[in-house]
Amino acid sequence: MSPLLTVVLEDYMTKKTNNSKRDFLYLTAAATGAVGAASMGWSIIDSMNPAADTLALSSTEVNISQIESGQAITVMWRGKPVFIRRRTKQEIKDAEDIDVSTLRDPQTDNARIVDGKKEWLVVVGICTHLGCVPLGQKQAEVKGEFGGWFCPCHGSHYDSSGRIRKGPAPKNLAVPEYKFINDTTIKIG
Amino acid sequence: MANKDRQPFDNTVIEWVDSRLPVFTMMQKEYGVFPTPRNFNYFWNFGALSMVFLILMILTGIFLAMNYTPHADMAFNSVERIMRDVNSGWMLRYMHMNGAHFFFAVVYIHIFRGMYYGSYKNPRELLWILGVVIFILMMATGFMGYTLPWSQMSGWGATVITSLFSAIPVVGEGLVELLWGGFSVDNPTLNRFFALHYLFPFLIVAVVALHVWALHVTGSNNPLGIEPKTKRDTLPFHPYYTMKDLFGISVVLVIYALFVFFAPNSLGHADHYIPFDPLVTPPHIVPEWYFLMFYAILRSITFDFNIYICAGLGAMAIAALPLYQNRDKALNLPPIFAFGALGGILFILGFVAQEAGGNLISLPLTSFHIITAKLGGVLAMFGAIGALLVLPWLDWHKVRSARFRPMYKFFLILFVINAVVLGIMGAKVAEQPWVIISQLATGYYFAFFFVIVPLLSRIEVAKPLPRSIYEEVVKKIAVVALICVVGFGGFSNNALAAGDAPAAPQREWSFDGMLETFDKGELQRGFQVYKEVCAACHGMKRLSYRNLTGLGYSDAQVKSIASEYEVTDGPNDEGDMFDRPARPSDNFKDPFENDNAARFANNGALPPDLSLIAKARHGGADYLHAILTGYVEAPEGFEMNPGMSYNKFFSGHQIAMAPPLMDDQISYADNTPATVEQMAHDVSTFLTWASEPSQDDRKRTGWKVVIFLTFFSILLYLVKKKIWKDVEK
Repeated sequence: MSPLLTVVLEDYMTKKTNNSKRDFLYLTAAATGAVGAASMGWSIIDSMNPAADTLALSSTEVNISQIESGQAITVMWRGKPVFIRRRTKQEIKDAEDIDVSTLRDPQTDNARIVDGKKEWLVVVGICTHLGCVPLGQKQAEVKGEFGGWFCPCHGSHYDSSGRIRKGPAPKNLAVPEYKFINDTTIKIG
Repeated sequence: MANKDRQPFDNTVIEWVDSRLPVFTMMQKEYGVFPTPRNFNYFWNFGALSMVFLILMILTGIFLAMNYTPHADMAFNSVERIMRDVNSGWMLRYMHMNGAHFFFAVVYIHIFRGMYYGSYKNPRELLWILGVVIFILMMATGFMGYTLPWSQMSGWGATVITSLFSAIPVVGEGLVELLWGGFSVDNPTLNRFFALHYLFPFLIVAVVALHVWALHVTGSNNPLGIEPKTKRDTLPFHPYYTMKDLFGISVVLVIYALFVFFAPNSLGHADHYIPFDPLVTPPHIVPEWYFLMFYAILRSITFDFNIYICAGLGAMAIAALPLYQNRDKALNLPPIFAFGALGGILFILGFVAQEAGGNLISLPLTSFHIITAKLGGVLAMFGAIGALLVLPWLDWHKVRSARFRPMYKFFLILFVINAVVLGIMGAKVAEQPWVIISQLATGYYFAFFFVIVPLLSRIEVAKPLPRSIYEEVVKKIAVVALICVVGFGGFSNNALAAGDAPAAPQREWSFDGMLETFDKGELQRGFQVYKEVCAACHGMKRLSYRNLTGLGYSDAQVKSIASEYEVTDGPNDEGDMFDRPARPSDNFKDPFENDNAARFANNGALPPDLSLIAKARHGGADYLHAILTGYVEAPEGFEMNPGMSYNKFFSGHQIAMAPPLMDDQISYADNTPATVEQMAHDVSTFLTWASEPSQDDRKRTGWKVVIFLTFFSILLYLVKKKIWKDVEK
């Protein structure tokens, strides 16, 4: 028998009207009730978290053989747009030449790409400010002051490495987990 | 405004709010010091219990609705997704499903409490009527909720109940189409039922608020049925009844948890796990137990009302009329008996002449019907509910509590037994002798309300009442558990076992019992049997390869099992569909492209999907094992259709599935000898697991919950005991 219950039973058996012991009984009961309600409450709230089938659908394969240098495509992954951009030499150079310490979210270009695949930049196309999709994927669209992307909602500018350079967004565009299966196919997630 | 006599609170925040909106004063007045009769027994817990279950239903319902899709094509699967994939989804659904049973059970006990202790009498008539309104709203809500899983029971239950309205002359047909939003129960019906099922509980909340308000105007009745006179007769509601209610609630929650976690489907029907098929009605379509009494009354009217029956009923009504008139004068008996007897004879003559088809007695004009049987049944059913509404005016006896009215008590207990009989009849097949029994029971139901109760109001001499509650404090504990047992036991569904085939013999299973879990070896062997034998014809589309980790396979093994299958994906960049190896996230691949292809390949019979088969068949694993091993030679003279096989345990004995298992048909990976017996056992275990992969988890959680609640109940009992120590002398 749990020590707690023993104490409670003893208290009951002796039938003392000692106030502190009575308070102890009430507190134990109230605390037990609170624990029960809280764990019940959590089970119910937890049902709003992603379900097992949603979690299981987490990867997508993309054929990138058709993308010319300087072009980009948008694919859907976990319900979100992912930007895949084949960068030009100039764009790579611009991304590498910047002094990282001056950035709001300091990160080198190398840390944002796969080793030996400098041409390819893969980022989640969601502005880190409030979740809009930035412009800059199509040739005709504005790419912002830093040749990357421009978010029309609140004016955030991203560079050709997807890093935040100007505007209200706090972070660089996120890089999803991905790998090259071969030269022409990447697997996101 | 009206709160000049408000006492200020010490806490400044509370005082600030209360001086502007006196909610704290109200709570203090209505739930703190509210004078409550000191002699409540545990029957008085059931109001609070009803409230608890209402809250529980709304809470679980809201979270279920977040994961439910009200569309005819997706509803069933979305419920299965809740059961299989949503975090604690199985628990929410089982809480909701069994919560409905418990909600009705506690409300029925609450209603019985009201009838037994005369809680409906002056000045509490409106309180009672509001209660009956809640009950009617509950029935509507429960019925519509039952359609949402879009199973065979859902669709056909909805069809039968909505068709009741077609009995209404002239407008009936149009009304039913209005309810359906089409020409049959279909997607529009499901959509509106979902919307209304979400709305009605909040209407119930509103009427409950009125119900409680009315209660706080008149104050509670009590087991003695006499009004409290002095302060000595009452106790403040808090802490005495808050703690007593909490203790009672905790005890009922233990029983509830036992159902939710260890027997969640015991009060339901196997057909509830078969998707709705508008072309095939299940052989036994039976409502949930809490509707059975009214369903039996509906079905008991098997006869059209010809002129003799109507005249008989009319004469009986005339006979009963004097009961209600000149209430303070003595009854003039001879005309009552004369009209009563005349009515009875006419009714029986008309009934026999019609039911026996003129074989026994032949009367002119029996084929002329004033009310059809269909309309008569509907009227009787709604009348049965309506009788509850007018009860305060049928019983005007001055004494409330049945404790002092032995005659009323006798007939009321008979009424309860009669209600249980009606419930059992409601679950039976509509054949003799059940029909005549339910007709007699229906007769008693109405006689109780419209003849016995008014008659007793006139003639019953009550026992002397005690002068005050204080002098007669009586402690009566416990009937609670007994009532629960009667309530649930009386309505068991055993009447539903398939008619012509013997029941499957009970076997020992690794997963039987409250502590046992699935044997992983059996599960893996069973999966192998499914994969190498059953999967040739039967799909399991509600299972994903990733679920196989539940059989004890590692992630890598699951990946390699999945990759043995090719699934169609696409379209790719060129717009073409392509095949790729299956991934763990894919659902099991179906052996056929669609149902028509499956029928074509199987001699016209559709091999059922096996994902839910163990839950969708009465008897579960026992039944599956019995079918797999039940193939024998057809007995002499039994006529077989071509392509069919004889099976002892299959309903009708002719099964389209050829004997699927043969000794040593497969070689088990763990070298267990593959006898038919062994394979049948393993695959039945696997299919039971597949029908509810969370089952082991459910039992483990169940133990925690039951132990916790038991401990909590003990604590609350001690608290309650302590608080009541000075009162219960």
